[in-house]
Amino acid sequence: MTWLALDTWIVIVGALCAVACALPGNFLVLRRMSMMGDAISHAVLPGLAIAYLLTETRSSFTMFLGAAVVGVLTALFTQWISRFGNVDRGASMGIVFTTLFALGLLLIVQAADHVDLDPSCVLYGAIELTPLDTAFDFKFGKALVQVPRAAVVLSMVVAINLAFVCLFFKELRISSFDPALATTLGFDADKMHYLLMTVVAMTTVAAFEAVGSIIVIAMLIVPPATAHLLTDRLDRMVVLSIIIAVSAAGLGHVGALFIPYWLGFKGTSTSGMMAVAAGAIFVMALLFAPKHGVVARHRLTRVEAQPRGHAVASGK
Amino acid sequence: MRAMLRRSLTDSLLIYGWLLAWLLSIGWVTAEEGLRYEDVIRVLSLRDYNTRLVVLSTSLLGVSCGLVGGFLLLRKRSLMGDTLSHAMLPGIGFVFLVLVGFGGNGKSLPWLLAGAGVAGTVGFLCVLGIRSYSRIKDDAAMGIVLSVFFGLGVVLLGLIQNLPQGSAAGLESFIYGKAASMIAQDLKIITLISAIALILCCVFYKEFRLICFDEGFAKSQGWPTGILDMLLLGLVTLVTVAGLQAVGLILVIAFLITPAAAARFWTDKLWVMLLGAAGIGGLSGWIGAALSGLYPRLPAGALIVLTAALLFLISMLFGPSKGVVIRRFRQVRLRRKIGLQHLLRACYEHLEGRQSESGGLVTNHPVPLASLLPMRSWSRKQLAAEVAYAYRTAQVEKSTEETVWLSEAGFKDAAKVTRNHRLWELFLIENADIAPSHVDRDADAVEHVLGEDLVRELESHLEADHIMPGNPHQSEGGNA
Repeated sequence: MTWLALDTWIVIVGALCAVACALPGNFLVLRRMSMMGDAISHAVLPGLAIAYLLTETRSSFTMFLGAAVVGVLTALFTQWISRFGNVDRGASMGIVFTTLFALGLLLIVQAADHVDLDPSCVLYGAIELTPLDTAFDFKFGKALVQVPRAAVVLSMVVAINLAFVCLFFKELRISSFDPALATTLGFDADKMHYLLMTVVAMTTVAAFEAVGSIIVIAMLIVPPATAHLLTDRLDRMVVLSIIIAVSAAGLGHVGALFIPYWLGFKGTSTSGMMAVAAGAIFVMALLFAPKHGVVARHRLTRVEAQPRGHAVASGK
Repeated sequence: MRAMLRRSLTDSLLIYGWLLAWLLSIGWVTAEEGLRYEDVIRVLSLRDYNTRLVVLSTSLLGVSCGLVGGFLLLRKRSLMGDTLSHAMLPGIGFVFLVLVGFGGNGKSLPWLLAGAGVAGTVGFLCVLGIRSYSRIKDDAAMGIVLSVFFGLGVVLLGLIQNLPQGSAAGLESFIYGKAASMIAQDLKIITLISAIALILCCVFYKEFRLICFDEGFAKSQGWPTGILDMLLLGLVTLVTVAGLQAVGLILVIAFLITPAAAARFWTDKLWVMLLGAAGIGGLSGWIGAALSGLYPRLPAGALIVLTAALLFLISMLFGPSKGVVIRRFRQVRLRRKIGLQHLLRACYEHLEGRQSESGGLVTNHPVPLASLLPMRSWSRKQLAAEVAYAYRTAQVEKSTEETVWLSEAGFKDAAKVTRNHRLWELFLIENADIAPSHVDRDADAVEHVLGEDLVRELESHLEADHIMPGNPHQSEGGNA
């Protein structure tokens, strides 16, 4: 098994995608809206289908636009049903995204005669194929560097999300921890919520158009949750989540390359493996995190319980 | 009032937009397919063996999912179905690989479903474990398990796709469902699972109700809440496994959430709600499957979900207990009543001010609007609207641009309303230690909902039978 330029690009694309998702994901986890990424990535199906039916092309920009609009609508409908109909937010999210997904399936099947839109391709994505679709190339010394389109798109998303988090860090922090305080301080927690939802929808759509939804769902939640176990400070949590996201992407591709060979298979899905790698990192943090890990907590309770035992023992 | 009207207008526009989109898509589908009358009759009367089978299976599934989903909704764990159904994918892939490893073709349904069930169980145990052994909250735990398990499933499917002998093509049906091509074996599995779910729900009804509404209380009473929780999630796993076959792993989520959420609008009683959820689930299974019988090309799962969504929308709008329309209606009625009472009290307090002119008694005189305006923060227009409403309800005899005449009944009511307000103020001053200058606001919030019984109780408590207590703020100001 040799490492090709192709593999480097897959890792870079995966890492960019992971970072783009992890940045807004921190605030989703803190706001207890972790399932939003999952909901949006299922719900955008009708957006893709309608964009295709209207324009009759598979140009990625119109598809992106359609999906992004439906993604924002998902967040809106969810908010609206839960507030207006007094339904639990998780339930309203579930109702909205399943309805939209069903609508999308119907549209796709109905238009199947003249549409080449494979739902399973949308869901799994094909990160392995991204390097083949080059945006531009340049000479670096003697080597020809071919930059994939996905890398360009995802770099832009990362830049936008980074700017969003840096610019609105204070507002995001206060409205995540204490929406009432945010309102009394004079900025609208509701507006912040919708802005965050728009960013999440845009990221989800851009990322899964490039690499498939499974990485998106995993990277929105798992790196931030892992970082949440490792630190109590929000700024450190954001930085840590980026580091974890990048390492999950790298480990995932290495795993996808080598593990199947050890087991005697030919190969497997890189996106799935990146999600599994993120999960493995999470489990490590869950067990061994310095303060909030299971081991540390267990030790803490033992240490607290011990003196009493000693006292009794020495008393005798 | 106007802001409220505008808000309710935008709300209803949104609702109608949704409804219209649904109808349009149905209409479009109909136009595209062409519909024959005899087809409709044939499908609705269940004349085909296949239609009968599919309708029966999906309705049964809807009933059991609705029932279990009701408990899930009340525990605020609706998305657990989402997590579970995604977490089942690696189970299916793993069993397939093992079966192929032993030389089979890997398409043995009972084994695959068993694998799915085991993986789902491991998934929900992981969620419960993460939740109770770390600071990670419910929703993040569900999201983590969902994405990592699904990722593992995708990895396993990737391995299968690269196998020389095994094609994973059949496994796709677990994701999108294949209701239209169900066979008798599927119906048997669904019937069995539904029966188990039904029996367990009946047997553990009281226990589930307890952990749904007050887990802390249940724990303090010595109930094994952890085990009950697992039992409930086990039931969810069971019905999800059954649903995988029929509607696919993504759309079974809708079966667990939507009927239960719809039934919530119809009643406040748990058992009625559960029956309603089961009924709505069954109905959407029936209608959806019948529709897919009419349009064989369309995926049955999607039709079922859309039917359930439509039923949800209707319930949300017109549910008699918590529906949007009835709630808005109650709100408007309450607001009107409050406005009327404010007007009456303002009039009465104005008449009180002229007490000395009429020889110590408060009597019914025409009230100039100009003197009412400063008593509350209402604009001239708002005041005119209140007066008009009072005229319609015969509390006001006649009114001009400047003056308003209370009717006999209106005057009596005004005295009563003012008295209730004062009684409550007195109670707050004497028993809740609220300063007389602040008591008006607090009394305002409660006086409109004081019942007869409560007023009698206040009277006896304050020993104020049939007398009108003085106005605490005014007398204070007068003395000073």
